[in-house]
Amino acid sequence: MSGSKGGVGKFLKEWIFTIDHKRVGILYLIGSLAAFAVAGLMAMLIRVELSSVGPTITDPNTYNVWLYFHGAAMILGFQIPALTGFFANWLIPLQIGARDVAFPRLNALSLWLFWMGIILALLTFVVPNPPDIMWTAYPPYSILSPGNTAFYSFTVLIMGFASIAGGVNLITTIIYMRAPGMRWGKLNMFVWCTLGAFILQLIFVPILGTAVTMISMDKYLGTTFFSPTHGGDVLLYQNLFWFYSHPAVYVILLPVLGIIFDIVATFARNRIFNYKVAVYGGIGGITLVSGEVWVHHLYASGMPNWIRVGMMMSTLLISVPVGLCVLSIIGTLYRGAIEFKTPMLYAVGFIFLFLIGGLTGIPLALNSLDLYIHDTHFIVAHFHYVMAVAGTFSIVGGIYYFWPKFTGKMYNETLGKLGFVVTFIGVNITFFSMFFVGFAGMPRRYFDYAQMPQLESGHRLVTFGAFILAVGFLITLVSWLHSLFAGKPAPDNPWGSKSLEWTTSTPPGPGNWAEVPDCENFDPYGYGE
Amino acid sequence: MRRRFYPLISLLMFFVLAGTSFASSEEGHDLASSDIPDSVEGFKHLWREVMIDITVIGVFFALVTVYFLITYRRKRPGQEGRPVKLSRAAVFGWAIIPVFVFMADDLYLGAQGWSLWNSYRTPPESSYEIQLQSSMWSWKFTYPGGVESYNEMRVPAGKPILVRMTSSDTIHSLFIPDFKVKEDSMPGRITYLWFYPKETGEHLITCAEYCGMMHSSMAGKIIAMEQDKFDSWLASEQAALKAEEGA
Repeated sequence: MSGSKGGVGKFLKEWIFTIDHKRVGILYLIGSLAAFAVAGLMAMLIRVELSSVGPTITDPNTYNVWLYFHGAAMILGFQIPALTGFFANWLIPLQIGARDVAFPRLNALSLWLFWMGIILALLTFVVPNPPDIMWTAYPPYSILSPGNTAFYSFTVLIMGFASIAGGVNLITTIIYMRAPGMRWGKLNMFVWCTLGAFILQLIFVPILGTAVTMISMDKYLGTTFFSPTHGGDVLLYQNLFWFYSHPAVYVILLPVLGIIFDIVATFARNRIFNYKVAVYGGIGGITLVSGEVWVHHLYASGMPNWIRVGMMMSTLLISVPVGLCVLSIIGTLYRGAIEFKTPMLYAVGFIFLFLIGGLTGIPLALNSLDLYIHDTHFIVAHFHYVMAVAGTFSIVGGIYYFWPKFTGKMYNETLGKLGFVVTFIGVNITFFSMFFVGFAGMPRRYFDYAQMPQLESGHRLVTFGAFILAVGFLITLVSWLHSLFAGKPAPDNPWGSKSLEWTTSTPPGPGNWAEVPDCENFDPYGYGE
Repeated sequence: MRRRFYPLISLLMFFVLAGTSFASSEEGHDLASSDIPDSVEGFKHLWREVMIDITVIGVFFALVTVYFLITYRRKRPGQEGRPVKLSRAAVFGWAIIPVFVFMADDLYLGAQGWSLWNSYRTPPESSYEIQLQSSMWSWKFTYPGGVESYNEMRVPAGKPILVRMTSSDTIHSLFIPDFKVKEDSMPGRITYLWFYPKETGEHLITCAEYCGMMHSSMAGKIIAMEQDKFDSWLASEQAALKAEEGA
């Protein structure tokens, strides 16, 4: 990072008033990692609480606030901003050969809105009566709750505005600011994936905004959208909420897949297998189908039987485009020349985690099986595998992959690999045993399980795994700090990638290139002997 | 030019065929009382099948990945991959064939899931109906004749039980792990589930929809009793109720 020759004041001014897409991206990263750290701490506290029957370290009210914060911050504060804030902002102009995003000032606005959201979310621990409504905030509980539901609504609204601004900005950037000769047919997979994600954000974020606004209006202004005694309907909220929040899963998944595609191609020195099918069938298919499956979150909610069956079919069909993407990732390994650096290890780890997480989605998609495992720890284990952990592996792998470029320093390979191994073991102990705890009937969002004391040993194992997982992430953090303070200077292209972002200087200066590159004869995946 | 549409047309035909096979699976649950479907058995059967299915797929993909990772590791510095150049036919083949395989599996499992769904959601006509009102944080059961009980649902064994439910405050979910079933109860709507206690015994009830502070303590039980014992229990409760009303 740039030095502070003119003193701390100038350094801060340079960063706070920055409109450079790379600095905006890095500030997004810092905010989202802060959210990850606090929400991760909550996860550890939750696991300690569940490690024995009966109250262990706290009372139900505090526990429910932890659960609320863990869910809301991990999704809205960590994964979405890290992927659509950091990676998209920092990477897309570099990958398409642009000097910056289309609207740099709008970009800065979206960044600082996001930071306001992070601060508002962290105030949860300061205000009296913090929200205890879970990240889903279902009414009537979110309206009856003594907690400050308004905090939730405003955090979501602010983060939502940040997302919309970011979406408009980067879609415009991808469409209009590609370098000469950078045709659609040779964009990086990450660019395609992020384009899909931003389209979903633009369509669906306003619906979440509507839903959370309606809750606060019901609670504080006396409207009755969700009050059946006045003609409202409690199921309306769940439909609105999941109409956004299911696509939100794909807003996370798509950039995650994009990062994995790019890491795998670079370290296997190989072309993307069946690029066109992966783009149009895989990414396009996911974008199209993701908005038509939300009722699978409502299989046990008393929706009409026929729509639960229809959505079962559309949910199962999601496996088709996702399967095409997986096929393409694995196919990229075929006849490659694979080098196992830390980012590649995370990508390989991702493939296995994603397989387990994705395939356990099939019993959940079948509504008759879901009637049993719905809202149990089975689904908790499933979405942690497929979204939380697989997504985080892609984010951490991506940070390692681009680390030399955005910090200008190399990291310590041994520390990086050690962090991966410990995390990977911890993840599997934690979440694989959680499948069994869930299948034994443990409902989610439970403070205690006095009625099922036989599950205590299972919960102990999950908590044990969670501690290994935490140690793994701490090693990763140490390796990053070590690199920042003691890392060797990085060359321009340490991985020998052919992608455009590696042709800039390290770290890239303002404007990215001395001259905008001519991409007529360029191919980001032009490997081959 | 026409040829382009062949995959599309065959895909459509596939759906139509799949649809007709679904239609036939929808018949045949006009049930006599002696022929009550056992959803728990159905669940176990389908669960086993799905587990085998996903294990086979998962192990297959994992083995292929491991094989590639070992075979195609970099053997000398600066080595590059030898990408395959797919012909036009191969591009379509690698799209259409996996799509059909994935879809076939989806539709196969979906069809079975659907028929089990029908048995889960079609209460037999001979069902004994109990009403449930949930509230923060207890379950109130009302039996035909007005007898009420809290957190204990007494049922006659050997009879399918239909629970119709609503809620007086927030959303709860009646979860009966032993019968592999749950359904939300909420204010303003009436929902239902049914289960079939074949033998006498006790079963756990617990809440599966987050409902605030005491969510995890909202447990109760089902007590399946022999029919005559259940009848006499209900009669005595009814008598007590009448005495109370008369007083």
